[in-house]
Amino acid sequence: MASRADRRAAAAARHRLLPGGRVAGPMLWIIAIMMFLTVLAAAAGLGLGAAVQSMSADLAGRASVQVVEANPQQRDQLAARALTALRGADGVQAAAAVDPALLADQIRPWLGEEATSGDLPLPALIDVTLTPGDADAKVARLRRLLGGLSPSLRIEPHAAFLLPLAGLLSALGWLAAGVVLLMTLATGAVVVLAARGAHDSHRGTIEVLHLMGSTDVQIARLFQRRIGLDAMLGSALGFAFAAFVILLIGLRLSATGSELLGAVRLPPISWVVLALLPVAGVLLATLAARWTVLRALGRAL
Amino acid sequence: MAVVPGNRERASAIFQDMSAIVQFENVGLRYGLDSETLSDVSFTLAGGGFYFLTGASGAGKTSLLKLLYLAQRPSRGVIRLFGEDVVTLPRKRLPGFRRRIGVVFQDFRLVPHLSAYDNIALPLRVAGMEEGEIDAPVTEMLNWVGLGDRGQARPATLSGGEQQRVAIARAVIGRPEILVADEPTGNVDADMARRLMTLFEALNRLGTTIVVATHDLPLIAQVSGAQMMRLDKGRLADPTGSLRYPPRQQGSE
Repeated sequence: MASRADRRAAAAARHRLLPGGRVAGPMLWIIAIMMFLTVLAAAAGLGLGAAVQSMSADLAGRASVQVVEANPQQRDQLAARALTALRGADGVQAAAAVDPALLADQIRPWLGEEATSGDLPLPALIDVTLTPGDADAKVARLRRLLGGLSPSLRIEPHAAFLLPLAGLLSALGWLAAGVVLLMTLATGAVVVLAARGAHDSHRGTIEVLHLMGSTDVQIARLFQRRIGLDAMLGSALGFAFAAFVILLIGLRLSATGSELLGAVRLPPISWVVLALLPVAGVLLATLAARWTVLRALGRAL
Repeated sequence: MAVVPGNRERASAIFQDMSAIVQFENVGLRYGLDSETLSDVSFTLAGGGFYFLTGASGAGKTSLLKLLYLAQRPSRGVIRLFGEDVVTLPRKRLPGFRRRIGVVFQDFRLVPHLSAYDNIALPLRVAGMEEGEIDAPVTEMLNWVGLGDRGQARPATLSGGEQQRVAIARAVIGRPEILVADEPTGNVDADMARRLMTLFEALNRLGTTIVVATHDLPLIAQVSGAQMMRLDKGRLADPTGSLRYPPRQQGSE
C-alpha cells in the first residue's frame, strides 16, 4: 500500500503533467461568478418559497370581519355581539378584536392625524382564525351567521387580497428555480468547453501518454482532477461571496420592519440546501470534464 | 515423394510459431483517399531479434513503425503482436499492448513542460509503479545515457543529442519486449550513434526485440547478426525471404 509521502509525490507528478493555468484558463473565476449567481437565485427562490408558505397559512385559515357602522356606540355593541357569535361558531379557532389604536396607527400614514380624531368613522375589525380545512365553506357559513346579526357586518377572507400577491411570489420563486437550472446548464457547458480546450492544448502530451499505454480513464482523471480542483475553489469563492450578500440583504430586509418583506427569510434548512450547491457544482464540473475528455479520447486510436 | 511446402504453407506454419513476436500479413495502409503508403507488406520478426528497417525517404518506414507501435490501424491485412491479432483488437485492450513496446520517435516527442527526469519516469508512472520505486531506475537510466546531472532540465534547454538520449531512456526504462526506434541516430554525432547502438545491443542481449529505422548503412554494419528489411515505395523488398521466414537461431533445434 502506498505511503502518504508516495501519494503526495504521485499527486505532484500528476500535477506536473498538466501545467497550472493551462488546463482551464479562467474557469476558476467563471465558476465563481456562476456559483455566486446560482446561490443568489437559489436563495431568492427558497426565500420566496418560505414567504409563500408562511402566507399560505393566512390564506387558508384567516379572515377579517369589518363592522361598518358610523355610530361609535352602535359599532362597539355590534362588534361585541359579532365577537361573541364568532367565538361560539363552528369552524372558528379564535376570534379577537383588533385594537383601534393599532388600526389608527396603520392608517395614519395615509390619512394623517385627523384619521384618529374620531371625526372619521373607522370600521371596527375582528381577526378570525379558522380551524384547518375547507376555509371557503366556513367563511360562507360565517357570512350567513353575521348577515343574520346585522347587514353592517362583513367578512373578508384574507385569501381574497393575498392570493394575487402569493401568486406573484410563487411565480418569482419558480423564475428563480428556472434561473438556477439555466445556471447549472451554463456551468456544465462552460466546463465542457474548458475541458475541450484543455484537451486540445494538451493533445501532444495526451498522444505520448496514449502511446506509452495510458488508458483513457487514466488520462481523463488528470483533467477531471484539475478541473474539479478549479471548480472547488471557484465554487467556494462564489458561495462565500453570495452568502455574504444574502446576509447583508437579510439585515436590510429586517431593517425595513415590513411584515411582508420580513416573511422573505431563509430558514436553516434553506442554508443547508444552499451549502450543497457548491458540492453539486464540483460534482457537475468533474463529471462534465470526465465525459468530455473520454468522448474526445474515444475518437483517437 | 516428399512434398515441398509452398510459401503460403510456410507462412501459416510460422504464424503458429510462438517465437514470432511480430507478424504482418498482406498489410496495406492508406491515408484518406490517397494511394496506398504501404502495400502487401508481409514479414515475421522473431522474439529477441535485431532488425533494421531501411529505405529512401517517403518509402513508408515511419508508417510501418506506426503500425508496429499501434499508433495506426492498417487499411487491410493482418498484424499479430505477441500472438494476438491487433487489427481487430478492441480499443480498450490496446494500452496493455502498448506498454510492452518502447518507442523512440523521430521527433523525440518529449513532454515539453516536464523535466528530463519526469519524461523518463513517464512509462513507469503510466504503468502504475509506486513513486518510491521510481527514483532508482530513473536515476540509473539518466546516468546510463550520460545525463545524470541534467535530470531537472527541461527539453527546451537540452541539445538535440541530449533530447534524443532522454527519448531513448524513456523508451527503454520499462524494459519493453519490443523497442521501436525511428531514426534514433539522426541528431547525434558518430560517437553517440555508436554508443546508442551498443545500448540497443545490450538491450537486445537482455531479450528485447529491436526494430530500428535508419538510413545509416555504416551503423547497420556495426551490429553483427542484425537483419535488414528494406522498404521501396511502400513495398517490402525482401528478395531472400529471410525476414519473412527468419532462420532458426542456433541451438533452437
